[in-house]
Amino acid sequence: MVNFKPTDEQELVRQTMASFAREVLRPAAREADEKNDVPETVVRRGWELGLVQSSIPEPFGGYGDARSAVTGVLLLEELGYGDLSMALHLLAPRLVTIPLLFCGSEGQQKRWLPRFAGEQFVAATAALTEPRWDFDATALTTRAERRGGDWIITGEKCLVPLAATADVILVYAETADGKAAFIVERGTPGVTVGERERNMGIKAVATHPVHLADVRVPADARLSGDRAAMERLIDASRVGIAALAVGVARAAFEYARDYAKERRAFGMFIAQKQAIAFMLSNMAIEIDAMRLLVWEAAWKLDSGAPATRECYLAKHYASQAALTITDNAVQVLGGHGYIRDHMVELWLRNARGFATFDGLAIV
Amino acid sequence: MIDFELSENATNQQRMIHALAEQAMRPIAREYDEREHEKPWDFLTMVWQLSGGNPIGGGEKRPKEGPSERNLMMCVSIEELSWGDAGLYLSIPNSGLGGAAVAAAGTPEQKERFLARFSGGKPKWAAMAITEPGCGSDSSAIQTTAVRDGDHWILNGTKIFCTSGLMAAEKSEGFVVVWATVDKAAGRAGIKAFVVEAGTPGMYVTKVENKLGIRASDTATLVFEDCRVPHNNILGSPEVPKTTEGFKGVMATFDATRPIVAASAIGVGRAALDFVRDTLKEHGIEIRYGVSTHRLTALERDFMEMEAQLEAARLLTWRAAWMMDNGLRNSLEASMAKAKAGLVVTHITQKAVELLGPLGYSRTLLLEKWMRDAKINDIFEGTQQINQMIVARRILGYSSKELS
Repeated sequence: MVNFKPTDEQELVRQTMASFAREVLRPAAREADEKNDVPETVVRRGWELGLVQSSIPEPFGGYGDARSAVTGVLLLEELGYGDLSMALHLLAPRLVTIPLLFCGSEGQQKRWLPRFAGEQFVAATAALTEPRWDFDATALTTRAERRGGDWIITGEKCLVPLAATADVILVYAETADGKAAFIVERGTPGVTVGERERNMGIKAVATHPVHLADVRVPADARLSGDRAAMERLIDASRVGIAALAVGVARAAFEYARDYAKERRAFGMFIAQKQAIAFMLSNMAIEIDAMRLLVWEAAWKLDSGAPATRECYLAKHYASQAALTITDNAVQVLGGHGYIRDHMVELWLRNARGFATFDGLAIV
Repeated sequence: MIDFELSENATNQQRMIHALAEQAMRPIAREYDEREHEKPWDFLTMVWQLSGGNPIGGGEKRPKEGPSERNLMMCVSIEELSWGDAGLYLSIPNSGLGGAAVAAAGTPEQKERFLARFSGGKPKWAAMAITEPGCGSDSSAIQTTAVRDGDHWILNGTKIFCTSGLMAAEKSEGFVVVWATVDKAAGRAGIKAFVVEAGTPGMYVTKVENKLGIRASDTATLVFEDCRVPHNNILGSPEVPKTTEGFKGVMATFDATRPIVAASAIGVGRAALDFVRDTLKEHGIEIRYGVSTHRLTALERDFMEMEAQLEAARLLTWRAAWMMDNGLRNSLEASMAKAKAGLVVTHITQKAVELLGPLGYSRTLLLEKWMRDAKINDIFEGTQQINQMIVARRILGYSSKELS
């Protein structure tokens, strides 16, 4: 039966994330962007909150319940609302834990998951995106070939968060029998992490190119999931990105709304002018529209039914809407929106990334 | 718990009404678009008998316990009917908007007196008359007057754009709910709604409009010349309050009707989208979900955009209906749904005509008709702009004085 109300438990998760976003992420966001760095205290508090451990089931040392994409998108919207860049840093280990849960064998889960459920934050990451204008997640150029009992991986990756400090990198590559993901441990010969990338947005989180030259990993480094499991992982990535986009859009909308109610022009508040008021009402409608598309896609994913169409459409809708909304937020502030004293330009830069981001399977 | 699966009840009803739309509406859709002002009596009578005069899809009355699905099911059903044909859907005999006003603001005695008739006998319509030649969206500027004369009210004025006005006022034993002012100086507070029975002396249909679309549905001009209605036909209190609460109460009926209009819009949009998808499929073109965006054709991009927009509108609509079913105030969400759906289907149907080129533009197919039909949803039951205004006031916390 159709229902738009999260469970009490989900509502609690959402509220917890909302306070973390408001009290910890947002106040640190501007400085983190300017300094290209996530403060240690934020990493610690995110860890204390259980952002990673909650994705790991109890038998493996975490305290996560059954994985739920719906709960995941509720959480991601709030974190995106707080700060996208720092959220991506804090959530990076989930790029390994979530795929393990989707596609890993019990042995693989037992071996790797407890590593990320310890006393403190352990960096981990995934490498999907490749540095080419026509990058296509469904046709990777990175390849893995069977040689003896091992796999040999070759290719170029980029936009890999925390690659320089990651304990393990989950590398996506094409094989003779379809796309696969391989756990590559830190220090494996043939892996070269390049200089930190300089991007337009998400500046606080360190991203790197990763060069893979005949990287040899054992057979059991390959996640055992089949093609269908792999596709669902990509679906999860898309809906997660879309959820973050809802959060960023909402942040920009609220900022612009509050500004418009305080800024005076022609003897009244600019929010009292239809030109501004209607921009704001459109933003509000679009934020709800994108959120509902995200919820529906996540629900579909959780139901076990094919969800590629819903997740794909939600991602495209949300990345476009987030861009339009953040752009309009800058516009509402006029010249002030262009100045880095205000947050809206940061959200516009971050929102531009959503169409490019891929491979963020974190729900 | 967040859930997007329709209940079994709703799914069954959806299936049933879809069959009706496909078998009884589609085959006559073009004909009654071309033969404007003629009524498909066979179809109307059949639906009247089928539905027992209830708004189709209303389902059960609100249950005493547990959540109701009434409004949601209504939206699901109306999407199907409008998928069949929006003009025919609008012309279906039932208690309609007039009945909604009676249900919302009438006393138990009035409900019995005015609504019981819809459960049997010959097909009947009830219409709502608000708009005037000099005022549309600004319904507080109504010029039609109601003056008390003993046991009666005397109505004078002209109403336009009254949906099913001809059927309600002259062609059935229905009624028209007329908005009039009892005290012009009081502004909104002086506006009251009166039930005028079909055939009441002094009420005349003077014109039935020629329209861009929804041609199977009549849109009437009603003139009231010293039209006497019994005193107890006024909905709500005859007192003129100091506040505008009464007016707000009347406006609140829109909270229920806007999701329904949005659902109807979505049905038209889906008709166009389904047709385009089927046509492409016949020619071996499948929409590829999941591939990298730079490899998509322009056609695929357009189609996916239409599809996502329509789904977004549907979810906003379902949410507004679901809130109503769960006793939550939904003025904001109802206006969001209506604003989004009206605009989205206007664009979708226009794009659909474009995508199929000369075939889309031809009157041999229904695409051009759907485009004409869709546009009304961006206008009636609060224009796009009025609904944007309502949303804006809500999110900004502004009164109508602070944002106009």
